[in-house]
Amino acid sequence: MKLLKKLALGSALALAMLASHAQAETIKIGLVVKSLGNGFFEAANKGAQEAAKELGDVEVIYTGPTSTTAEGQIEVINALIAQNVNAIAISANDPDAVVPALKKAAARGIKVISWDSAVAKDGRIMHLNPSSNELIGKMCLQLAANHLKDGKGDFAILSATTTSTNQNTWIEEMKKQLPNFPGLNLVTTVYGDDLSDKSYREAQGLLTSQPNVKVIVAPTTVGVLAASQAVADAKKIGDVYVTGLGLPSEMAGAIKSGATKEFAIWNPIDLGYSATQIAYRLVKGETDGAAGSEIAAGRMGKIKIGDNGEAAMADPFVYDAKNIDEFSKIF
Amino acid sequence: MSAVPEKRHIPDRLGTSVTRLFASWEALLVAVAAVIFIANALASPYFLNAWNLSDATFNFTEKAMVAFAMALLIIAGEIDLSVAAIIALASTAMGAAAQAGVGTPGLVAIGIGVGAGCGMINGILVAGLRLPSIVVTIGTMSLFRGIAYIVLGDKAYGGYPASFAYFGQGYVLWVFSFEFVLFAALAVLFAVLLHATNFGRRVYAIGNNEFAARFSGIHVERIKFTLFLLTGLMAGIAAVCLTSRLGSTRPSIAQGWELEIVTMVVLGGISILGGSGTIGGVVIAAFVMGLVTFGLGLLNVPGIVMSIFIGLLLITTITLPIIIRQFGHRKSA
Repeated sequence: MKLLKKLALGSALALAMLASHAQAETIKIGLVVKSLGNGFFEAANKGAQEAAKELGDVEVIYTGPTSTTAEGQIEVINALIAQNVNAIAISANDPDAVVPALKKAAARGIKVISWDSAVAKDGRIMHLNPSSNELIGKMCLQLAANHLKDGKGDFAILSATTTSTNQNTWIEEMKKQLPNFPGLNLVTTVYGDDLSDKSYREAQGLLTSQPNVKVIVAPTTVGVLAASQAVADAKKIGDVYVTGLGLPSEMAGAIKSGATKEFAIWNPIDLGYSATQIAYRLVKGETDGAAGSEIAAGRMGKIKIGDNGEAAMADPFVYDAKNIDEFSKIF
Repeated sequence: MSAVPEKRHIPDRLGTSVTRLFASWEALLVAVAAVIFIANALASPYFLNAWNLSDATFNFTEKAMVAFAMALLIIAGEIDLSVAAIIALASTAMGAAAQAGVGTPGLVAIGIGVGAGCGMINGILVAGLRLPSIVVTIGTMSLFRGIAYIVLGDKAYGGYPASFAYFGQGYVLWVFSFEFVLFAALAVLFAVLLHATNFGRRVYAIGNNEFAARFSGIHVERIKFTLFLLTGLMAGIAAVCLTSRLGSTRPSIAQGWELEIVTMVVLGGISILGGSGTIGGVVIAAFVMGLVTFGLGLLNVPGIVMSIFIGLLLITTITLPIIIRQFGHRKSA
């Protein structure tokens, strides 16, 4: 009967949780992330909560699966549909697989937008990119060049999974803009699956098998951190540099150790804030989110919706030894 | 999996106290399911809605289909950890076929065929070469999913014919989805196979004592091979349903399902040591897991907390009978 007791306890706990935020007539926005327990999305939630507070009549439901799977996200979407939320703002694990579930949501009057990692066009009203992919690709190359003498030398990319939509877009953009950086030479791309241990091993592999690689660019916070650790452990600080996209709080150590001189990221707080603002305006009917329209997003100003219903929020921001302490406290 | 603990009572059909414990196991599960159902209905105003409950069944129907076959395997003292990888490979094969213009009946045949083929490979390695199934299927798990990754890389297969969507998104009658009806039909089929046929009795006999079963004239290898084939086949059917529901294939499809399927089987009262358990238990366990995840989802309980919850359920399920059995032994000794 232990089992029964535990279940009863769990249900009671859940009941209490429900009672605490059961206020009627608020606009409910489901903020669906790739997986819970990721610093980036925790920060986005912070921004979403900020927007909710500012707008007043909004409740943000921050949710997502345990692991980064489409199946897990579909379960979460079904649960949100069942609760009659007014809007869903999702960072998708798979652009296509979540579409049938999101179409079902749209059919029941739920406004669906995607942010960070896009959903295929059929499944959402609009997509909010944190920045434009072009600018991110350029920024990654610029960072690599900044770490090399005269901007010339070999570099390698450490990505997340081979199926990650945004990672692949950025790598593509980097390859496209490579001719603008003469002297920069991309040697190889390896995949650490966004797992610390696998990324660490891949970085270690790069250090031994590619002695000419002087910079490792990791457009993922897990990868950039693991690679910095690998460089530090191999005592190659000053010889090989790591850069890319990372969270300031996690990267503070790498900046201090010197394995990374600078890295970039947009502000996830701003991203969660903007996504919530846009979802709210759509629910209120202030905009239809069509291509070419502009949506007021509070302190982020107006966000213009471009081709394919995609919008870019802002340029990526560079962090270095001068500003890391300030931002590492935020996210 | 074939390790037989010493001082082993043959649990199936023998020993009145043990029989009673297992007879009451399903009863306990039903009670748990009922409590969860009532608690969910009280906790969330959205729970008691036919369409929402119908949506909730998708959380477990595909996994449960594979769990039925897995239950038979585990009862026979074997295990198949490659089922999720088989789903991925079968789905990839269907995707490739869809790209080549194969129609819906062909796609279904390919999905089920690839699943059965993978099961056959496992069966040959375990039954034919007498290798331990846990090692073999950990190997084939990487092999099957590896092939899917090589074929697809970072790409996805889409463009399935519109009629193909029926298996994962269609409804037979009112809120009863095709998947749910298939799940129910397969439950009956497997219950009959395990509990009312000679084949089923032999599966129990092998799980209880393989040597004794062999000396009784049971073709142990043949039955084990059949069970692996059946498991692969069910994984193929699950792949058809899942692919149809998602409408696209990526190599990471059904990632981690093998553990959820084994959890479902063990939660259903199938002894991980083999030799005992019922299909009814697995059916109820499927509902318990589906209701728990959907109910907690409605309350926006994070998935991590849900995993803890399922983990606790599982640990309690495995330890409880063992503790009780040991307690009983000490008393009788």
